[in-house]
Amino acid sequence: MPMKIDAKLGLDVFKLDKEPHIVIDTEVCAKVCKDEACVYVCPADLYERDDQGRMTVNWEGGLECGTCMICCAHRALSWQYPRGQFGVQYRMS
Amino acid sequence: MESVECIVVGGGLAGLSAAYGLAQAGVEVMVLERGDYSGAKNVTGGRLYVKPIRRFYPELWEEAPFERPIARELVTMMSGGRQTTIEIASERFTAEQPQSYSVVRAKLDQYLADKVTEAGAMVVPNMKVDELLRKEGRIIGIRAGDDEIGAQVVVVAEGVLRLLSSEAGLAPEPQAKHHALGYKEIIELPQGVIEDRWHLNPGEGAAQLFMGECTRGMMGGAFLYTNRDSISLGMVVGMEDIRSRRDGTESWQLLDEFKELPAVRPLVAGGTVAEYSAHAIPEGGISQVPKLFGDGYVVAGDTAGLSLNAMITVRGMDFAIASGYFAAEAVKAAKAAGDFSAAGLASYEQALRDSFVLKDLETARAIPGVMENPRLFTHYPDAVGRLLESIWTVDDEPQAGHVKKAWKAARRDFMSLATVKDAWSMRKI
Repeated sequence: MPMKIDAKLGLDVFKLDKEPHIVIDTEVCAKVCKDEACVYVCPADLYERDDQGRMTVNWEGGLECGTCMICCAHRALSWQYPRGQFGVQYRMS
Repeated sequence: MESVECIVVGGGLAGLSAAYGLAQAGVEVMVLERGDYSGAKNVTGGRLYVKPIRRFYPELWEEAPFERPIARELVTMMSGGRQTTIEIASERFTAEQPQSYSVVRAKLDQYLADKVTEAGAMVVPNMKVDELLRKEGRIIGIRAGDDEIGAQVVVVAEGVLRLLSSEAGLAPEPQAKHHALGYKEIIELPQGVIEDRWHLNPGEGAAQLFMGECTRGMMGGAFLYTNRDSISLGMVVGMEDIRSRRDGTESWQLLDEFKELPAVRPLVAGGTVAEYSAHAIPEGGISQVPKLFGDGYVVAGDTAGLSLNAMITVRGMDFAIASGYFAAEAVKAAKAAGDFSAAGLASYEQALRDSFVLKDLETARAIPGVMENPRLFTHYPDAVGRLLESIWTVDDEPQAGHVKKAWKAARRDFMSLATVKDAWSMRKI
């Protein structure tokens, strides 16, 4: 059985900030977006719709690759690197 | 506002290389790195071609914490349950001074950061730069949180995403069609197992690239580099391809799928996954290299789009180190002339043009366009596999001769107008 993506992320060192570094403009997702690129491109599987159909992101597991930001054609993501001292800290990549 | 002669934004390979050259020349330099340490936010596939950069700072490479010199090169084409592997091992790859090494960025970048510190520069970790400060078209320093620091010149080596440089109008925002997503697992394996599995002499390493159905036909492929006691196993997929796909493929699934292939399972058997990482890769080639300098700044490394995926050789880190070196040379010259304007820093671009960095990118100008051809990732790996499989097949019918079999397969799969067109498009690569 392949390792679950959550388990893979569990191997990484994350230092969590209180504030998210990715903020979704869910209005745009609801009204404009039909392709949901974020869901398909994210290598950490962080994007999903909640019970009410709103797009959500588990930003805590962000690998800081920026792929979602580059791929969102609707500019629905406000994407920053986490502040200094926070975010993923790779040890062996 | 506090002020230094030079601020380097980003303590990766380009930034550290620039800082090292500057510190050695006595320029006051401060490197601002957002990670806990240099390498904490960096990901490589993992191989550094060290031959092109040995002449820059030769003393650095003697003791650098490389993983393994790459002695064996493998390219595997996959389709329909077939794998065709081309393998080349050459004593020239590893003789005396190996041409390339597998690397782990957390180790390599920390080593270089220490050397930069020893040389007299200040490397500040946990320091995220929020803005490049502009005044009358000139970059005059940076802002980090509420703090502003002025500089005569800023080396912008912030990485591929260009958050700061695009905001400041120095370079365009990254676009999906010019970028790929790379992601990988570090899988721990004992040294002896690695050497047995890839037929290596003790200490030597292998690099293996995979193309074909592992990306479901999308631009990209899988890669495997042997480290000292782990392997880097991952995928690269063109962002435009993965985002415009409509069949439910999620990028992260491709790697799991790949690991489960009968051809790949024995390569990772018994290994322990230890880390999972991802990064964007500039793949636009020379046509996407932005303006490299201006009043008060130079741009280096991935921020400058200096990377080259030529399918068989994949480079970027050597360009980053070289661009850092040339950035330092240009800043030293600017300091000597007392002119940090665009005119004073113009020797940076000229040096890159005269060196392998922009020459190799120029030579490869046609490659990004050629790689947009999906047949490269679907038809050809399949056709090669089918042709060879037909020759190696013995079934219960009378067998045609080898040449006849090959000819039949070649006529079917290679002699078409489409193939002629593809060959024509590849004439310049």
